[in-house]
Amino acid sequence: MRRIPSAEGRAELALGAVAVAVLGFVVAMLVTVFVKAWPSFSHNGYIKWFFPGGDVDQQIKAIVNSPPDPAHYVYRLRAWPLLWDTLLTTGIAVVLGLVLSLLSAIFIVEFAPAAMRRILEPVVRLLAAVPSVIFGLIGILLVVPWINQHLISQGRKLSVSYVVQLNGAGLLVASLILMVMILPIMVAITVNALSAVPSSWTEGSAALGVNRWRTMWRVSVRTARPAIIAGAVLATARALGEAIMLALVGGSRTFPVNLLDGRTALFEPVRPLAATIITYKDNLTVVPLSQTLYAMAAVVLVSTAALSLAAWSVKQPLKRYGIRT
Amino acid sequence: MAGAPPRLGSAPPTAFSPAPSPGVRGQKKRGQDSISSWPLADRVGYLLCWAAGLLLCALAAAIVLVMLVKGISYLRPGLLLEHPSASQSQSGSGGFLDPIEGTLLLTAIGIALAAPIGVAVAVWLSEYRRPAALARAVESGIEMIAGAPSVVLAFFGLLIFARPALAFLSQTSAGGAVYGRSFFAAGAMMSLLALPLVVGATREGLAQIPAHMREASYALGKTRATTIRRVLLPSIRPSIASGTTLGMGRIIGDTAIVVILLGASLHLEGAGGLAGLSTLRGTGSTLTSYVFENSPAGEGNAPEKAYAAAFVLLMMVLALNMVVTRLSSGKPRWMAGLTGPMLWRWMPWTR
Repeated sequence: MRRIPSAEGRAELALGAVAVAVLGFVVAMLVTVFVKAWPSFSHNGYIKWFFPGGDVDQQIKAIVNSPPDPAHYVYRLRAWPLLWDTLLTTGIAVVLGLVLSLLSAIFIVEFAPAAMRRILEPVVRLLAAVPSVIFGLIGILLVVPWINQHLISQGRKLSVSYVVQLNGAGLLVASLILMVMILPIMVAITVNALSAVPSSWTEGSAALGVNRWRTMWRVSVRTARPAIIAGAVLATARALGEAIMLALVGGSRTFPVNLLDGRTALFEPVRPLAATIITYKDNLTVVPLSQTLYAMAAVVLVSTAALSLAAWSVKQPLKRYGIRT
Repeated sequence: MAGAPPRLGSAPPTAFSPAPSPGVRGQKKRGQDSISSWPLADRVGYLLCWAAGLLLCALAAAIVLVMLVKGISYLRPGLLLEHPSASQSQSGSGGFLDPIEGTLLLTAIGIALAAPIGVAVAVWLSEYRRPAALARAVESGIEMIAGAPSVVLAFFGLLIFARPALAFLSQTSAGGAVYGRSFFAAGAMMSLLALPLVVGATREGLAQIPAHMREASYALGKTRATTIRRVLLPSIRPSIASGTTLGMGRIIGDTAIVVILLGASLHLEGAGGLAGLSTLRGTGSTLTSYVFENSPAGEGNAPEKAYAAAFVLLMMVLALNMVVTRLSSGKPRWMAGLTGPMLWRWMPWTR
């Protein structure tokens, strides 16, 4: 053993111990959430947990009302409607957010007058700082009633009234507000990436007579592509975990949005995974329900972790150019 | 904005063409590249960029204006000083003194835990990091915390603090079941929200210290530990402060942990025992949970109260935001802080 001076060694050991404790905490979190969630997966035949089948609201009701005897706990859940709603809201929000954030980042880096640029930094910072409950409150008190009055015709409501009631809360509001919430992080990452492109590259392009838009689009955006995608992936992770806002504006029931309904689908209620967890928070004392909710939490946790991995693999092509990562 | 690259239209300063002074707006040189000469598709793109930028401004302005109008019309000074009470009518349900206290208390607990732990982890990661494999594992652990949704963190907290061994941190029911919900539990989980931000900001600060400062300290015979404590940490104080402030913003704005782990009771309800400790062991609410419970989706359904509380909440967040802006002004990077070093490594060509 190499001897290190004692004070020096103690400092390193103490700091290292704190770091290892944080790591241990994360590992413990992964393990315990999964252990707690396991009964829900195993009673549903693992993969079938993710399948469609039946009304989730009724299934959860049955779980809540299951008898107190552990041998007769009800676990049946087919969570596909929740997963589908999660995919839809997140997907729409990220795709729209990607376009909007790219355009506004190009604007901030290249086209905005100096005064606009100075305004836009606090603006994006502000959008990033607004708590999700405020987004949800504005959504449910202002946007939802407005959509209910102006965008949903009576005929549209009647056309689906036999399966679901439309009241304005639903896919459209949820994904639009979600987009606004994930926009700041995408804009910030994209702006940093675009302005980090070596200026000699863009100047070279400009010297060849390429106009400013094409230079941005063909040189800067292309160079910054891995960072832009990584930003989108991180934003996806954030959107997956958003619970409060979606619980507020998603509508009052679980409903798998039916894309065959055409434009009506935009107004159908959604309840993604994280929002479901929040909605049933008061019933946590019921053991099988808490295990079911932990199963949902585990799915969210694994997806966000998988997204980090995906973001990691996005940057791999950069190695080809000999860029150290 | 300092550090931004030169615009394409303006010539870079070289020995042969002195840079035009910024005050002289001699940008008529751009006439060679006037927008009107561009192909139609490029002009459309240009216009879309303007539209996107203006949309961002409009969104922010709309949010602030809505909250300002609604907040001021429903907020009266009494609301800030009255205890809430359960009532059917909005006029009888009191103010939100307890939620404000709850927010402040929870933020204090969260930061008191997150700041020292975060700085310690960051210092170890940046200055020692051996064994290297462990350091990488810790890095991904921090990243996982940063990515984990607060709902999941809250659920995990419930698992920890409902253990009989930790009963002294919350309340125990008559049957012996540990409640697991308390200020302490919520504060501990809240600290996880702030932790990645503190770690990120501290590491960013440490990375910006030039090597010669460390070397000078070593040359004077200082040990590494002393160098960190006496040279490095004092010089990155602004970075730590901005990370901590960002963390406070996240703690103040979080709802999920509060509604799950704090119990969201109307009052700060002590759990008996010593005066200060009983509050920490007791349940309560914060402004976010107050807004949530008073929204149409919650139990209270008092939109006016929700607006007023949300206004106070937004003002707190904006104030913190201003502090961050002030702390990070002069930073080379756009929105330093919002995009931590973990994000920064996606731009490897900057190295």
